[in-house]
Amino acid sequence: MTDAAVPRPAEASTKASRGTGWLRRALDSDIFYSFSRSRMTMIAAVITALFFLLAIFASVLAVQNPFDPAQLQLMNSRISPLWTADGQSPFLLGTDEQGRDVLSAILYGLRISLTVGVLGMLFAGTLGITLGLIAGYVGGAVDSVIMRIADVQLTFPAILIALMVNGIAKSILGNKLDPMSMLTVLVLAIGLSSWVQYARTVRGSVMVEKSKDYVAAAQLIGLPAPKIMLRHVLPNAMGPVLVIATINLALAILTEATLSFLGAGMPETMPSLGTLIRIGNNYLFAGEWWIVAFPGIALAGLILSINLLGDWLRDALNPKLR
Amino acid sequence: MSVRHALRAATILATLALASMPASAQTIRYANQGVLNSLDPYTLNESTTHGHLSNVYDALIARDKDLKIIPALAESWETPEPTRWRFHLRKGVKFHNGDPFTADDVVFSATRVRAKGSNLQAYIAADTKVVKVDDYTVDFILSSPNPILHALWHNWFIMDKKWAEANNVVEPTPVAATTPSYASLNTNGTGAFTVESHQPGVKTVFKVNPNWWQKPQHNIKEIIFTPIASDATRVAALLSGEVDVIEPVPTQDIARVDSSPNAQVLKAPEIRTIFLGMDQARDELLYSNVKGKNPFKDVRVREAFFRAIDVELIKTRVMRGLSTPSTLMISPLLYKLSGDFTRPKYDPDAAKKLLTEAGYPDGFEVTMDCPNDRYVNDAAICQAVVGMLARIGVKVNLLAQPKAQYFAKVLKPGGYQTSFYLLGWTPGTSDAHNVLDQIMGCRDDPKVPRGEANLSGYCNKKVDELAAKILVEPDTTKRDLMIKEAFDIALKDFGYIPLHQQNLAWGVSKKVKLVQRADNEIMFYWATMD
Amino acid sequence: MLAFTLRRALQAIGVMIAVGIIAFSMFRFAGDPVNQIVGIDTPAAEREQVRKSLGLDDPVPVQFVRYFANAVQFKFGISYQFRQPVASLLMERMPATLELATVATILAMVFGILMGVYTALRRETLLAKTFQAVSLIGISLPTFLIGILLIYLFAVTLGWLPSFGRGEVVKIGWWSTGLLTVSGLKAIIMPAITLGLFQMTLIMRLVRAEMLEVLRTDYIRFARARGLTTRAIHFGHALKNTLVPVITVAGLQFGSVIAFAIITETVFQWPGMGLMFVQAVQSVDIPIMAAYLLMVSLIFVTINLVVDILYTIVDPRLRSTVSRAH
Repeated sequence: MTDAAVPRPAEASTKASRGTGWLRRALDSDIFYSFSRSRMTMIAAVITALFFLLAIFASVLAVQNPFDPAQLQLMNSRISPLWTADGQSPFLLGTDEQGRDVLSAILYGLRISLTVGVLGMLFAGTLGITLGLIAGYVGGAVDSVIMRIADVQLTFPAILIALMVNGIAKSILGNKLDPMSMLTVLVLAIGLSSWVQYARTVRGSVMVEKSKDYVAAAQLIGLPAPKIMLRHVLPNAMGPVLVIATINLALAILTEATLSFLGAGMPETMPSLGTLIRIGNNYLFAGEWWIVAFPGIALAGLILSINLLGDWLRDALNPKLR
Repeated sequence: MSVRHALRAATILATLALASMPASAQTIRYANQGVLNSLDPYTLNESTTHGHLSNVYDALIARDKDLKIIPALAESWETPEPTRWRFHLRKGVKFHNGDPFTADDVVFSATRVRAKGSNLQAYIAADTKVVKVDDYTVDFILSSPNPILHALWHNWFIMDKKWAEANNVVEPTPVAATTPSYASLNTNGTGAFTVESHQPGVKTVFKVNPNWWQKPQHNIKEIIFTPIASDATRVAALLSGEVDVIEPVPTQDIARVDSSPNAQVLKAPEIRTIFLGMDQARDELLYSNVKGKNPFKDVRVREAFFRAIDVELIKTRVMRGLSTPSTLMISPLLYKLSGDFTRPKYDPDAAKKLLTEAGYPDGFEVTMDCPNDRYVNDAAICQAVVGMLARIGVKVNLLAQPKAQYFAKVLKPGGYQTSFYLLGWTPGTSDAHNVLDQIMGCRDDPKVPRGEANLSGYCNKKVDELAAKILVEPDTTKRDLMIKEAFDIALKDFGYIPLHQQNLAWGVSKKVKLVQRADNEIMFYWATMD
Repeated sequence: MLAFTLRRALQAIGVMIAVGIIAFSMFRFAGDPVNQIVGIDTPAAEREQVRKSLGLDDPVPVQFVRYFANAVQFKFGISYQFRQPVASLLMERMPATLELATVATILAMVFGILMGVYTALRRETLLAKTFQAVSLIGISLPTFLIGILLIYLFAVTLGWLPSFGRGEVVKIGWWSTGLLTVSGLKAIIMPAITLGLFQMTLIMRLVRAEMLEVLRTDYIRFARARGLTTRAIHFGHALKNTLVPVITVAGLQFGSVIAFAIITETVFQWPGMGLMFVQAVQSVDIPIMAAYLLMVSLIFVTINLVVDILYTIVDPRLRSTVSRAH
């Protein structure tokens, strides 16, 4: 699937047009063409962008800060959504057991989920790409060691690694776990559980690129190895990495939700989407469906659109499927 | 089971299904949130475990439906002198394996319950001598008088000496054992039911004991117990009729269960009191931004906290009406004069003023420890408290943890590592003295086992003095007045912030009749089933 | 070939040692086990004695060697909660987990392949698009929520399926199976669907992608040119070619399925290893936690080893690349 060995016409043309503006290049590219052709993908992209915007402007859009206990009124707990008989303004999607506005909680929770997801993805990506570059470029014993570690890691499902990292971090930090350090631990746990795919892919591309003439030429004119790797080798491996990154982002957000169910996620005073769903779960039988339904829809919508983007990206970057 | 047996089982099952009979008439299927870890009655001092095992084992005494002490394996007892208790044992009682029950078993059980590895060592003082007078008479010789010696003993189950010796379980499972203890997987009691099979954490099957010494009030042939930890799944199992009894029903699902055609919720106030504690022992709080002093040593700060918390709102919103706000640190069911007290009023403005007077006009920061799987809606109560305190300017960082981690941190072995916490307490003796001694007693003297559960280190010598007198006072009226005086002092000190007594909530099929006892132990020997 | 197998086996042992170190360090980090064992009011002297009797006084390397030596003989110590040997508890729970994981994998493969083939061959039909959409939703919702929704629908509202447990089990030797009784079969349906959904989506998408790719290759074009029926081409050639990677992925994912069973088992109170692990985490029962990690990684490592070796036997091309990579 990640067949980087085949030289692609798209690449050749991009290389040729190097020097013109990036926007122009992007608009000209096949990728944009296939993007504008798929309505589904456009919708997914808009929704994903919308989610990011909602998360960024959460503090402006929300009627309350659900993380600030002083703003929660217990009096206002368990109000059903606005359009139902017992709805109350300004709680559009109702409130939960603590009087938290569900919409505000979703906006802020989105922020936490995306932060964990994006940081986890970036951490995994940076680690994986770096190790992959080194393994592929240096080769030899270094390569063996890195890839053996990767093999070991790959035998373990991400959720178990995340649970273990989480457990060890918690026991080291002990009782000094405030929400922010919890977030850091989650990012670490998720990142450490998913770097391998990046490393493998990048290593594969690097091994192919390494033998090409332009790399030999760069070596000949005395460019330092890191520069060659970053400026010349890496860009050619970015396609598959992007695909992995999108899928990884969706998975990271889901992993956080799952960890939250197992009691290893964000605390209830600073809930992520996953934590909101876990809490809301308990009120499903009681008929207070809005506490779980809306965060659930938000999470599903987010993951779905990211996955659709990933799908499209994979197809768009795979010349055989065009 | 061999393949042939398997096939036969399958055939029987198929026949049953064809005949479309009710699974079996008097099999009660019961699911609890908690796991039954060990069948050894001395390894875990916890009410769910005691509840399970009281169906299998009997004790010298029992408690009736209203928690009053009644005779059980002991027919009667007297105190010929204040330091000597004489118990007359019931004759003709047999253990499940046929061994006769005699004084030797009581003496043996008294030794075993105080042995290493027992979690119930507090039930009989180490210096109490247990002497066999004859086969059916046992004396307990105390070093000092104790009018409530037997108050905890409904959970001190009598074991068979011969059986224990034969199976090498004369002591509860030693800590560093490498082989499993026979007694943790097998039982031999005198009780209403026997254990037919026990798979820890999966399933336990109890069968009726046809030779029980009491005339049974129940009509149960078999009890199948399954732990179901997930709240939603447990409720679903009751609603769909897969189990007949569940404990507990989460507060939010009570209305749903009550509205279903085949089950209902039995509710009653529990005797456990839920309260908040504030560290008043340390000179500087472990988890706070106030350095060099401890704000909780100032009674005004404690009063401010007390008045900032609206227990009525917690009752209506968090507990959905299913709690009884409490003024005292003991349930009104356990103390007659509870009605004489009034709770200091909820008044956030006064609280704010008190904080300013105490020198914290902008409040301060403190970390709150809270279990999230121990009491009814514990984490939600803590969150509500955090919100209420935020309104008087106190920033509370909430650390809600599973009970295992929580208790390891805040209890005595963890070094009372907490500044502000939520805890629940059931006086095991069903008596106020236990609260005054364990929760409110000064923990200043390491040699005196007082204030073991006084995590906040509240200390008022006058309360201790009164508690000492209450322990030996035989006159109930005088005793109650002294208790009143002690509680009054503690209340004026704002030493603790009692919140409420939570409600018991058992989900019960309409086919089943159960007696709900306020200590939350489910006694199937009072159950009947249509 | 032999060298390759040997190297892989050595690697597997290396992995197990690494996991052993992690498992052991959990003993060291996850707090003082003595606290978990003794009662609240145990005096300090007795605590010290317990500590000694557990060997917690010895130097760390000594403790590690002892732990590992015991683990190799399947001696994982005594569970703090149950006071039972962890090994026998695990053995008791293992059949439940393995049955659930196997049924989930089979369900995922059957439906994943069928749906994958359909969506690849009939790309533009409504049903194909529905399949794709539904399968995406399956991986966009957290497993635990799907489980609860299934319970609500099929157990509470419709009353068709049991909401918890394994139903009636039958013992065959030490193995307990729920697959021979009606109630056991009914009980496994919802947990298996919940657990298998993610894999099903994965397999469906993989089959679709592989099919699409194979259908474009030259030899399919030749087959068409030779005048073979569409049916023969699709199922005789295209599908057959996609099956090798699908089975490999499903095999490799089996470990993941076992790990994710932790969540499914918690939701459905399925009495397997995962549920026991969760309970152990909650009550800090470290011997169980450590043993679970070791057992599960042993399963993963074994599967990987077998898949690797089978792969080189099936596909000789790999042998050369593999040896070159080393």
